[in-house]
Amino acid sequence: MTQQFYVSPEQLMKDRADFARKGIARGRSVVVISCREGIALVAENPSPSLHKIGEIYDKIAFAAVGKYNEFESLRQAGVRYADVRGYSYDREDVTARGLASVYAQSLGAVFTAEQKPFEVELAVAEVGSSQEADHLYRLTFDGSIADEHGFIVMGGQADKVSAAVEAGWQGELDFAGAIRLALAGLVADKETTTLPASAVEVAVLDRRPETGRGTRRAFRRLEDADVVALLAEEN
Amino acid sequence: MQETTANQVAASATSSFTEHLQRERPGLMPLGLVPFGLMPSGQLPFQQLPAAAPLQVPHGTTIVALTYAGGVLMAGDRRATMGNVIASRHIEKVFPADQYSVLGIAGTAGIALDITRLFQVELEHYEKIEGTLLSLDGKANRLGAMIRGNLAMAMQGLAVVPLFAGFDLPAGLGRLFSYDVTGGRYEEQEHHTVGSGSMFARGALKKLWRPNLSEQDAVAVAVEALYDAADDDSATGGPDPVRQLWPVVYVVNRAGAVRVPERDLAAVAGTIIESRAVAQREA
Repeated sequence: MTQQFYVSPEQLMKDRADFARKGIARGRSVVVISCREGIALVAENPSPSLHKIGEIYDKIAFAAVGKYNEFESLRQAGVRYADVRGYSYDREDVTARGLASVYAQSLGAVFTAEQKPFEVELAVAEVGSSQEADHLYRLTFDGSIADEHGFIVMGGQADKVSAAVEAGWQGELDFAGAIRLALAGLVADKETTTLPASAVEVAVLDRRPETGRGTRRAFRRLEDADVVALLAEEN
Repeated sequence: MQETTANQVAASATSSFTEHLQRERPGLMPLGLVPFGLMPSGQLPFQQLPAAAPLQVPHGTTIVALTYAGGVLMAGDRRATMGNVIASRHIEKVFPADQYSVLGIAGTAGIALDITRLFQVELEHYEKIEGTLLSLDGKANRLGAMIRGNLAMAMQGLAVVPLFAGFDLPAGLGRLFSYDVTGGRYEEQEHHTVGSGSMFARGALKKLWRPNLSEQDAVAVAVEALYDAADDDSATGGPDPVRQLWPVVYVVNRAGAVRVPERDLAAVAGTIIESRAVAQREA
């Protein structure tokens, strides 16, 4: 017969948090950078089809690290939430703040109530008409939410990558500069000095998609060739 | 236990916004598309609306679509009527469905606009969830299913009849689809029209349309077909130089769906009106 041991709530939460942190630390990093032209999202991801970055709505994108099945279900839930909201109210009533708050509640509920917490960390980015109007939210496995300024780094070696990105970040960067900075950050924890375009997944949120591309959807995924061409441009 | 969990996950996984809405928020569905099982009793459209007295609601009228070299084009007039009254002179009845397709609607305007909005979200939703565009046939079938869902309303006189056109990227050509109220989907060749002025527009298209029209000529042909429809059908609005109202025209080609600018349409309509005035023909 098994004996039920008393475990204090502090210990229980700490164990869960440690478990989730360990899962996330195994993954590769994601960098989200707000810049002059919009928001650049760069993930180290060798798969061309299993994405870590996704479109949620007109101005809103999603990036995640951790277990694929867990953040993919969160991404799909986010797309459904945003589409239902935009359909029942209006497209402009869908905001990153609302979405991030729903994510925070779901992650918090899973963290306390389920058998195991989600081993994920999310970023929700909304591009505004000016850089001051950009919103970057970071959501962690326990449902905590943080409103970040300038950039977000998540994943395995986030400290090293974050230090490298922080050193080079400035508001005046264009997309090429932001992606170059993100790539420089992503190799901070590695032996190599460059990452090939095939090893990363890159997407951007254009600040003015209506004038540039004639669509209200700001999200644009960059193919490997686009990334190579963009990086070849001189600053 | 595991079996049922897996089944539940698989059963609730859908890339269709319509299915999601039907399941989670049926109240948001367009009028005719609310599943009968989910409708509060006593609110079935059959019981609410006796067939003898059709509702007085705005109806949209004529839509024309035609293929040209490199794509397909759709145009609609700007009039909605309610019985013998003009309900709107500004209504737009041709919409981009997604990047590579457009749809035009004839019939009950309110339901048609709702269905259009749902269809637009449906396509974008699929694209975001799956990470890839729905095939053109897939889009056409989804629209057919929505029109079929509206059959009960159609039998009350609130029919919606769309016309769907898109660029088939793998095949590299523009394609046209028409529908009946039961959701029947028919692929059309060359050109097609729907709405009250459709037979006059169709007659005009038969004489005006040629294979491999240029985009510019195709716009002129479409506007002239609508002009002829407005000439003989009181529910179709012609170009209105007084209010500066022109038909809504979209062209769809390999580069995507683009709305033809107002000033181009003003020029095209002006040329047609001028040539008709010069000809001094009565009928």
